[in-house]
Amino acid sequence: MDTWYIRTEHMDVGYDGVPLIRNIEIGVRRGEILTLIGPNGSGKSTILKSMIRQLKLLAGVVVLDGEAMAAMKEGDIAKKMAIVMTERLRAELMTGEDVVATGRYPYTGRLGILTAADKQKVREAVALVHGEDFADRPFSQISDGQRQRLLLARAVCQEPEVIVLDEPTSFLDVKHKLELLEILKKLVRERNVAVLMSLHELDLAQKISDRVVCVANNAVDRCGTPEEIFTNEYIEALYGMEAGSYNALFGSLEMGRVAGAPRAFVIGGAGRGIPVYRALQRRGVPFAAGILAENDVDYAVAKALAVETVAVPAFAPMDEGAFDRAKAVMLGCEHVICCLDGFGELNQNNRQLRDEAAVRGKILPVSRLSELWTGGGAG
Amino acid sequence: MEKRTRLILGFLALLLGLAALVVWNVNAGSVHVSPGEIVSILLGQGGGNDVIVRSIRLPRIFAAALLGGALALSGFLLQTFFANPIAGPFILGISSGAKLVLSLTLIGFLSRGVAVGSVTLILASFVGAMLSMSFVLLISSKVKRMSLLIISGVMIGYICSAVTDFVITFADDANIVNLHHWSLGSFSGITWGNVGVMASVILPALLVAFLLSKPISAYQLGEVYAQNMGVNVRAFRAALILLSSVLSAAVTAFAGPISFVGVAVPHLIRSIFKTAKPLVMIPACFLGGAVFCLLCDLIARTAFAPTELSISSVTALFGAPVVILVMLRRQKENL
Repeated sequence: MDTWYIRTEHMDVGYDGVPLIRNIEIGVRRGEILTLIGPNGSGKSTILKSMIRQLKLLAGVVVLDGEAMAAMKEGDIAKKMAIVMTERLRAELMTGEDVVATGRYPYTGRLGILTAADKQKVREAVALVHGEDFADRPFSQISDGQRQRLLLARAVCQEPEVIVLDEPTSFLDVKHKLELLEILKKLVRERNVAVLMSLHELDLAQKISDRVVCVANNAVDRCGTPEEIFTNEYIEALYGMEAGSYNALFGSLEMGRVAGAPRAFVIGGAGRGIPVYRALQRRGVPFAAGILAENDVDYAVAKALAVETVAVPAFAPMDEGAFDRAKAVMLGCEHVICCLDGFGELNQNNRQLRDEAAVRGKILPVSRLSELWTGGGAG
Repeated sequence: MEKRTRLILGFLALLLGLAALVVWNVNAGSVHVSPGEIVSILLGQGGGNDVIVRSIRLPRIFAAALLGGALALSGFLLQTFFANPIAGPFILGISSGAKLVLSLTLIGFLSRGVAVGSVTLILASFVGAMLSMSFVLLISSKVKRMSLLIISGVMIGYICSAVTDFVITFADDANIVNLHHWSLGSFSGITWGNVGVMASVILPALLVAFLLSKPISAYQLGEVYAQNMGVNVRAFRAALILLSSVLSAAVTAFAGPISFVGVAVPHLIRSIFKTAKPLVMIPACFLGGAVFCLLCDLIARTAFAPTELSISSVTALFGAPVVILVMLRRQKENL
């Protein structure tokens, strides 16, 4: 059964009659968030603009609630679909609340005068985005983030069944990014709307989307659940990442590792190593890391940044083999940095490593880390 | 509540201004008519100046009010259409285009000894307005910068005026003197017949514009949002173009090109009412245009009587500074 609320069939999109992406087949169900990701200029916005009819389709159809959109009346579409686009909304001499109220347009009469019920809906929408504090100020004088939230309120009070958003988090700080996405989730859960949007933030896309569409090289490259899409290899390939790496587990990015013979050996674990790895990477000092269990948080970062990482399988005890390998690497380094204060029962090999280094006078305390790049002595 | 008070006071002030200027306009001139006499003339009780008031001053007052309102409204519609605060029928060269085709038509008819009716005048000037408008639209599809659009409009205006001047200079005929006078802009010599024709064009246009308030308010947010709100953008744009061209054509046909009313009045009204809502702006601009033109015509007639100034000189004197102010304010907002 066809459960798509809005879907495209053989859609070609582009500008001035020149197709940019051909044969696009995507769809969103009600109660679901579909996110478009992909490199800059890959055509995410072009797809969205074509689906809301801002751009002419070059081929194919967009079907909204079982009807071809091209054959629908503007007023009927307006009651089913609301948008939050990146284009600046002109709002001369309008307050934030005035702008939100424009969402009621499809429901008002000939002259567009708001009824008491309309005004109530506007207030509710403003409350939903926590905009009460600035809704009565001129729209041109509030911050970009506040504006973005009111634009979402505007879309909400249009009472749509699908909301299309182009980069809705672009102007927002972390708190408001999360808040906006929470509101979207709430709309999806409580009002069963469909959400179709593009996002730059991979970590957020991974966490909020029910399904993800990847756009790259003028094509819809892949479409699937976040679990299928967000793998280290695929994301790195999708964005053509050459420097640095992507970590699918944390949805985080790491800079590229510093190549060369390791100058320092970092004994880490339980998150204590990560700040040191990053500090060394920033200053361009090649380093090795160990001994880490593969289920240690430090392992993922060490793997991305260290020239060499000595590791043991998850939940396995450290063994002599790992110790010997680590010792060999450690002895090749000028300095040893031990980030650990104490050693647990399963971590005795790291204590041994530290002791070996101490005997040889290689230990450099974390507090004197800067000597690695200032040339030493300064302390 | 504060909004509503401002609204009521604003309209009250405009209506009072209109009433005062009507009386003043009847009263002042080469022949002084006292308010008491005006009342008795209007009541049909006759008086020494019956003819002057009834067939010269009153039609002129009606014309100035109607045409002023039409210009201001046309300006407001064009500003909405181009999302440009200094657009207007004169600045964009639309009035001058109307003037050019109108002059050609007049000369064509007069040289064959045929009299020209009001309807023909309006049609000719509508054709001219649409010609200029299509040039402006063509340019606006290529340039996105506001200032370039305005400069192109001013240039189109100059070209049309230059050609009109050539035509008038070489068409050597006694009637041409009047034509020259008209091409500078004036409310003089308007008959009740003219007033009837202009009213039957302008008032329906005003009504249609008012009924379009809702889509206009949507369009003010930008084309993308208007479409999403359920406006048929293509049909709506065509309607705006037609309306503003009809309005400025009607003005040019009867009074020649009148400058700056279309830009200045909507701006003044916006700053009085502190809103851009078309539901308020459309009636208020119309009233404001009427008041503005009645005041300017009063000055044109009486300042250096018996010599009459061209109406455009007076409107420019008051209107052009407003344009400069608008541009300065925009500049400040954009920085």
